[in-house]
Amino acid sequence: MLKYIIRRLAMLIPVLLGVSILAFSLMQLIPGDPARSMLGEKATESQLMQLREEMGLNDPYIVQYGRFLGSVLQGDLGESIKSKEDISVELLNRLPATIELTMFAMILAIVVGILAGVIAAVKQYSWFDNLSMTGALFGVSLPIFWLGLMMIWLFSVKLGILPASGRLSNDVELNTITNFYLLDSILTGNWVAFKDVFTHLLMPGVALGTIPMAIIARMTRSSMLEVMKQDYIRTANAKGLARHLIVFRHALKNAFLPVLTVIGLQFGLLLGGAVLTETIFSWPGVGRYVYLAVLGRDYPVVQGAILIIAIIFVLVNLITDILYKYFDPRISYN
Amino acid sequence: MKDETPILQVKQLHTHFFSKSGVVKAVDGVNFDIKPGETLGIVGESGSGKSITAMSIMRLIPSPPGKIVNGEVLFKGEDLLKKSEKQMRKIRGKEISMIFQDPMTSLNPVLTVEKQMIETILTHENMNKSQARERAVELMDLVGIPESRNRLKNYPHEFSGGMRQRVMIAMALACNPEVLIADEPTTALDVTIQAQILELLNKLQKELGMAIVMITHDLGVVAEVCDRVMVMYAGKPVEFTEANSLFANPKHPYTWGLMNSIPKITSKKEKLEAIEGAPPDLRALPQGCSFAPRCKHAMEQCLTIDPSITKVEESHHVRCLLYEETEKVIST
Ligand code: SF4
Repeated sequence: MLKYIIRRLAMLIPVLLGVSILAFSLMQLIPGDPARSMLGEKATESQLMQLREEMGLNDPYIVQYGRFLGSVLQGDLGESIKSKEDISVELLNRLPATIELTMFAMILAIVVGILAGVIAAVKQYSWFDNLSMTGALFGVSLPIFWLGLMMIWLFSVKLGILPASGRLSNDVELNTITNFYLLDSILTGNWVAFKDVFTHLLMPGVALGTIPMAIIARMTRSSMLEVMKQDYIRTANAKGLARHLIVFRHALKNAFLPVLTVIGLQFGLLLGGAVLTETIFSWPGVGRYVYLAVLGRDYPVVQGAILIIAIIFVLVNLITDILYKYFDPRISYN
Repeated sequence: MKDETPILQVKQLHTHFFSKSGVVKAVDGVNFDIKPGETLGIVGESGSGKSITAMSIMRLIPSPPGKIVNGEVLFKGEDLLKKSEKQMRKIRGKEISMIFQDPMTSLNPVLTVEKQMIETILTHENMNKSQARERAVELMDLVGIPESRNRLKNYPHEFSGGMRQRVMIAMALACNPEVLIADEPTTALDVTIQAQILELLNKLQKELGMAIVMITHDLGVVAEVCDRVMVMYAGKPVEFTEANSLFANPKHPYTWGLMNSIPKITSKKEKLEAIEGAPPDLRALPQGCSFAPRCKHAMEQCLTIDPSITKVEESHHVRCLLYEETEKVIST
């Protein structure tokens, strides 16, 4: 098992190298000259030339890439064109906010999605089944930004019960330890902050979690229906086991395998969704940072963010594969 | 000497499946009883209703579309068909348990054998986990699985087919059931393993005294383990007698067909294909005897008169017009 994990980690190296090339060349392809965006429209041609020379933009691509990779390996993602801030530091500062939001959304999606899927399957063709699956069909096709804006309109503007932006209200104090606010508020026993953080998480979490929730629910349902027909479920029934043992222990553990694959994939997509959600809800995370960087053609920031997101993505995949082993003993990793 | 009061009596059992294309009368009037320590064989081709009979006794018919429309299943004198689902769960796996054809698919692939074994014990017996674990080791020893304590930690795919069936048997015997229903327990196994499993069942029955309902398509299995046999065709029993007299003196033309297709113990098992034609469509049974289209001895009246089960000798019953005639001849 440990060997497998080490081997998988080693296999990440070429993947990440590929990602770095992609991140690097993507920014070369996007129209817009960073030198011009730094100096503004009124800059003279000679000023531009000089800056391009300074930034190494006139060097061959391969040299530029080598320089890029060299500094990345030292954990240096360069500095922002706009603010001159250290990108690594900025990203690390914003990462907890994004991870907190995506984890919240994903846990919501997994818990509600699986529960709804299981109940829908066990009570196939019941009103719950019809209602939840129609809802799931809706959920899959809802655009995040539309859902987000509608929720803001309803819960913040009309009803005024949920905050529309940010992670924490201005008048609430919180001592940060990990920068995961929910965790920090628990660690410091600050229940006022906990409630405040939670209400801030709710709308962006739902906006972000709706699509994966819907997909997980549908997948769980169809997988459960398949599993409930299997011989070992008949055996479990013939043994006189209680219904909940049959559904949750015997059926769900088998039905969960395809759902796990979906969860892994959705996690990756969630990172993309986070850009939209964070923008709508002014969530101070990596997604919003990237969005602003793209708008401002702050290309070192975009590059850095792509790398970070790619690393998270492959790590999530790795974790999914390891969990597979836990849930399916028939898989051997040799 | 065997106790003479039956532990299980099935009376006029009718289990039908309701589909859009019609009503499938999968089990249509089955009667039998079985005494403690006895082994009753139910023999027939697939689709004869033998497995549905077993599932009906356990009340495990998927409903819808299946429904037990009529009959009684008396277990120790109480009608199981009148029990609530909750009461049935107390009986399943404890007083009546079941083993199935394919031990690969019948065990849960993602749970250890230990987990699957002790959950049955914990469900039915007043034991804690470590007592249940000890009982599981005992059971593994009982069914002849070497290194029982270590093997408990394994998953089903880590066992061979024969060992897996032993695990199934151990699980079924966990709570000392009074009736064991074995649904084609050896069909999926190699010939040599088949013999071992049958021998094991014989031995366990002698030790534990449970009644066994042996469901099989294989008269070879019947010869090996059964005391009495019921031959089924198209949802109905067609011949019912002592195993000895079935082999010595088979009476129903369908049984004759089955006899001709007994696989030799030395040869690989084969399907019962010696009888020409296919089992009838249970949604549209022919008028008269259901077996008539395939019967080499069919007479004109077989196409119009549905024979009823008739006693032709002491404890030998047959559903065939050939014998209703002789009855009449005898009685006049
Ligand atoms: S009743 Fe007629 S058709 Fe049916 S088994 Fe007897 S002889 Fe054959």
